[in-house]
Amino acid sequence: MTANVTKAAGPPQAPGGARHEAGVRVVISQLTRTFGSLRALDGLSLEMAPGEFVALLGPSGCGKTTALRILAGFETADSGSVTVNGADVSPVPAARRDMGMVFQSYSLFPNMSALDNVGFGLRMRRLPTAERRQRAAELLDMVGLTGHARHYPHQLSGGQQQRVALARALAIEPKVLLLDEPLSALDAKVRLQLREQIRSVQQRLGTTTLFVTHDQEEALSMADRVGVMKDGKLEQIAVPDQLYARPATAFVAEFVGTMNRIPGELSGTGQVRALDTLVPVHGERPADGTGTVDVLVRPEGLKIDAVPGGNGIVTDRAFLGSVSRISVRLSGDVTVKVDHPSAAAGQFAPGESVQISLPGVAPVLVTQRR
Amino acid sequence: MAAVTDAGPASPPARVASAPAARRRRSLPVWRWIILLGAGIYFLIPLYAALRFSGFGTFGQVFSQTGFSDALILSVKLALVTTVLTLVLMVPTTIYVHLRLPRIRPLLESITILPIVIPPVVLILGVLDVSPPSLKGTPYLLALVYVILAMPFAYRSLDAGLRSLDLKTLVDASNSLGAGWPVTLWRVILPNLRTAVLSATVLTVALVLGEFTMASLDQYQTFPVWIVNFDQTSGPVSVAASLFALFVTWIFLLAITMMGGRTARRIGGGQVDLVSVAHQETGDSR
Repeated sequence: MTANVTKAAGPPQAPGGARHEAGVRVVISQLTRTFGSLRALDGLSLEMAPGEFVALLGPSGCGKTTALRILAGFETADSGSVTVNGADVSPVPAARRDMGMVFQSYSLFPNMSALDNVGFGLRMRRLPTAERRQRAAELLDMVGLTGHARHYPHQLSGGQQQRVALARALAIEPKVLLLDEPLSALDAKVRLQLREQIRSVQQRLGTTTLFVTHDQEEALSMADRVGVMKDGKLEQIAVPDQLYARPATAFVAEFVGTMNRIPGELSGTGQVRALDTLVPVHGERPADGTGTVDVLVRPEGLKIDAVPGGNGIVTDRAFLGSVSRISVRLSGDVTVKVDHPSAAAGQFAPGESVQISLPGVAPVLVTQRR
Repeated sequence: MAAVTDAGPASPPARVASAPAARRRRSLPVWRWIILLGAGIYFLIPLYAALRFSGFGTFGQVFSQTGFSDALILSVKLALVTTVLTLVLMVPTTIYVHLRLPRIRPLLESITILPIVIPPVVLILGVLDVSPPSLKGTPYLLALVYVILAMPFAYRSLDAGLRSLDLKTLVDASNSLGAGWPVTLWRVILPNLRTAVLSATVLTVALVLGEFTMASLDQYQTFPVWIVNFDQTSGPVSVAASLFALFVTWIFLLAITMMGGRTARRIGGGQVDLVSVAHQETGDSR
């Protein structure tokens, strides 16, 4: 607390300028938390480097929000620990953790103007009024709401409210910035703008940030690393492109991006035969290494050719911009989606016969046949 | 852009629908006036009769009657003590239940309805029977009982006000910004609950200023008791006194409602007045 007051009262750090001190290192280890019979967290471990922007991605009920709330100090873990720069924070109450949080629902104080909302945390730190106002105004400036300082929350749009909430969370120069699905209540266009804004502000300030979302696009586009959670555990954490290209498990593969399931036969030699091609298998697989499985392949990982009497029939074609996504029904009532450059996709009209094949020898994931 | 295209095909049906609506709007005011007139007559005739009976001249006499100021002062004191006690007890309780024990809200609702269900005579006789002599010797025993009587109204006002807030998020936000409980309560929750607190106050004050049964059984000369006692000596003056009491209460209610209304307009949303309290209650039973 004392350290904060001195820091806050010292030479004002221009919120827009580069931050001199680096962010903090956060280590979460072996967190468990149960609510009644529900195991929300089941040994979650996660390390965040100073200044890193980590997204926790997962379906609802996977425990990601619980993890965030434990970090914020709103919940306590049954076991496990959270350290910030090496110090255990579990005995520290939420009010003294210095973690700025932006909530999913609009959380601005309705009785205060935008300026007073942003200044609230500084007021709690007993910053003199004039200085508090000035810094709050600077932060509103930074989120592009210069002219809205005197407006009350109900006079602001949803996007503006969340920007004020972001400024409010950053005003206290938090050790960690916590974002709890801050964009999910907004409409698509605003969401996209705010996504970029949050990212650029975070990069400028270098605040270690944990972002919780169920929207994979948000997670992949904003975060340095994305952790996919399932049943209270981290399934995989990796940089976005690796998560997409080299998912560690079938769950991650199917949760992130679009995935095809193609019937295949394990050869017993670490390879699988699918679409008449032998490809190497990586990641988890049945212990005996034989039997029928589903092979997971992305739409861009399949090759499509117009061949009379081929192994599939085109059922649908969707234009997605530079590529078109073509749905093809294979024998055995298996439908796959294939991406093909739109310029050359004209030949794949519904009803056409095509040949679908697996090019290359990139390792694939396999999973139990559904 | 999408909104513009959507509005196109949607507007013709809207126009079709608006025709009967307009007819309804035109025919409504007649009924509105009839109902208003009917209700007005129902409420105003007794008042007018009372005014005729007492005459304007007697109003001046009211203030000089023996016991008048003592009774009024006692009632105001009781109203004050009751309101303070009620708010101090009910505001934290309701907030706590909303935040931590939302599951017991139905239980609390049924408990708080009890004072309305139990006849005041029963309540006060019971209280007088069991209360220690030291309490029985002071009129503030009445204030303690009034707190119980006021509980249903206070609870419902506060409950409605809290339901209009995203309490948990506001509290979390306040905490994460460094505010402890007292500050969160004082700077974040109460300002947004102001209208609800005001309507709880209005209802409590109105209740205390008008309560007769308990005060008379406890043998204290509160204002209503004084009016009834006085009635035996001078009818017109006593009626003038009740009219006076009515106006005082009205002016008080009006002032509080207007105060609350202005705040609600300024900060938007969450307005809770006497009407919306009743309204939310019916809404909740769905």
